[in-house]
Amino acid sequence: MGYMLEIQNIYKTFNPGTINEKVALDGMSLNLNPGDFVTIIGGNGAGKSTTLNAIAGVWLVDQGKIIVDGTDITNLPEHKRAGYLGRVFQDPMTGTAATMSIDENMAIAARRGERRGLGWGITKKERKEFREKLKELDLGLEERLSTKVGLLSGGQRQAVTLLMAALKHPKLLLLDEHTAALDPKTAAKVLDISDKIIQENGLTAMMVTHNMKDAIAHGNRLIMMHEGKIIYDVAGEEKKQLHVSDLLAKFEEVSGGEFANDRMMLA
Amino acid sequence: MMNYLGSLDPMTLVRALPGNVAQGLIWGIMAVGVYITFRILDFADLTVDGSLATGGAVAVMLIQGGMHPAVALIFAFLAGMIGGLATGLLHTALGIPGILASILTQISLYSVNLGIMGKANQSIGIGQKNLVASLRYVTADDSAFFFIKLIAGCLILVVITYWLFGTEIGSAIRATGCNEQMARAQGINTNFTKVVALMISNGLVGLCGGIYAQYQGAADVNSGRGAIVIGLAAVIISEVIFGKLCAGKRFTFAYTLSAIFVGAILYYIAYTLVLWLRMPSDYMKLFSAIVVACFLAVPYLKEKYASKRRRAVR
Repeated sequence: MGYMLEIQNIYKTFNPGTINEKVALDGMSLNLNPGDFVTIIGGNGAGKSTTLNAIAGVWLVDQGKIIVDGTDITNLPEHKRAGYLGRVFQDPMTGTAATMSIDENMAIAARRGERRGLGWGITKKERKEFREKLKELDLGLEERLSTKVGLLSGGQRQAVTLLMAALKHPKLLLLDEHTAALDPKTAAKVLDISDKIIQENGLTAMMVTHNMKDAIAHGNRLIMMHEGKIIYDVAGEEKKQLHVSDLLAKFEEVSGGEFANDRMMLA
Repeated sequence: MMNYLGSLDPMTLVRALPGNVAQGLIWGIMAVGVYITFRILDFADLTVDGSLATGGAVAVMLIQGGMHPAVALIFAFLAGMIGGLATGLLHTALGIPGILASILTQISLYSVNLGIMGKANQSIGIGQKNLVASLRYVTADDSAFFFIKLIAGCLILVVITYWLFGTEIGSAIRATGCNEQMARAQGINTNFTKVVALMISNGLVGLCGGIYAQYQGAADVNSGRGAIVIGLAAVIISEVIFGKLCAGKRFTFAYTLSAIFVGAILYYIAYTLVLWLRMPSDYMKLFSAIVVACFLAVPYLKEKYASKRRRAVR
């Protein structure tokens, strides 16, 4: 069976030729098998979110190839790749349209990767389907289908965004620190929901996190990034045996002890 | 002072009312266009000042050439759409900031409008038959029939707009205006939706220009100057007065759209009132701008005051 995601030697430099030049991705490569759930850790500016943005097509990479389930998406614009992907962002405001209702948001997600015409934006059948999906979240949102998403809490919004991301069974689910802006209790709940959705739909997923415990506890594979490259890649049993101290040691080794000021200490 | 008050005849206001209503309903069409860009797409589109005159110019020239006035409106609508397309492409394909893109189109349309008409203004004969709207209908014996037709036309427009923004493409436009990043992540080509919204909006503005030119019996290259401000005034007056009333209902959006027409009528009543008070007509643009500035400031100041009070309570 082929890989679900192949990243081949990608490079990205921001603001090239200026004083703010920053090499964000420096020949990064990664292959994911179908059903892989990989967590990504690393210091600030290591290239974690940049990797997800490269896959999502927020901008085009300078060099290299990105292939999703055999389709080369390297040069596709963002909205065309969206059909292959599901995305959840760090800021709960980013993933949903605040002035639109929960069901309208989900209806928009349900048409991801399809042509949008003059048919009605949401059908009765869909509404029923959305209600059932929302019920599974167990947040009481199934009774608030026509509530504007802007009135929901951050955690509720992330949960809805997760549902939206998984709605079309994407080839790849990209979670970009999607619990970082939430309080610990809500973050745990949203992580649970993420696990459940990934498992039930058999999704291939990538999750960027600053929390090393979460990175170890979730998924079947863990990678650590540093200066735009993967410097540590561990899967299966070996990953399960990992401790936060191992990761800290590994991190110290590559970054020369400078991690003391880093957010990773909070883990 | 007594002399001044004594010289004001309240009946003048009453007599002006039908004209206010007619003008409000016609300009309300443009205001719906402004609502689409300003509120739904979140795009300050100044193309309006140009495309309004374009609609008028196209309609008048076609009627002069013998076309049925109602059919001429279709072309006024299409001409407006082309204006919107120009702004849309300047913004999306060439990366020019939205407001600047619309100013560029607006300025170019001034020349285009002169080109269409051959001079600064063109009129259609007073006796012109089959006009969709006309000043003379307002004072005619069967003026009630005219108003019923006008209101029906506006309601049809509300229904079409309501339907359009309930469709898949309409939802995509709303999502684009609300959260572009989300829209793209959900596979929406936001460049496309922006252009479409700008075209629909300016189409309505062109349509309004065509009807208004018929109403006045002439098209003028300057007729669009400050139109955006009138459109905004109508939208904002309607929001401030009817915003709460419209919210939370089953057909909220339809109510909101209808309220825009009422907002436009109220604007013209206020306009007449100010003229009636003997304000020099030279100051009317200033008056319009002040109305918009005040109504825009109200929600902001309200919120600021409320949060100050909340702090004081704590």
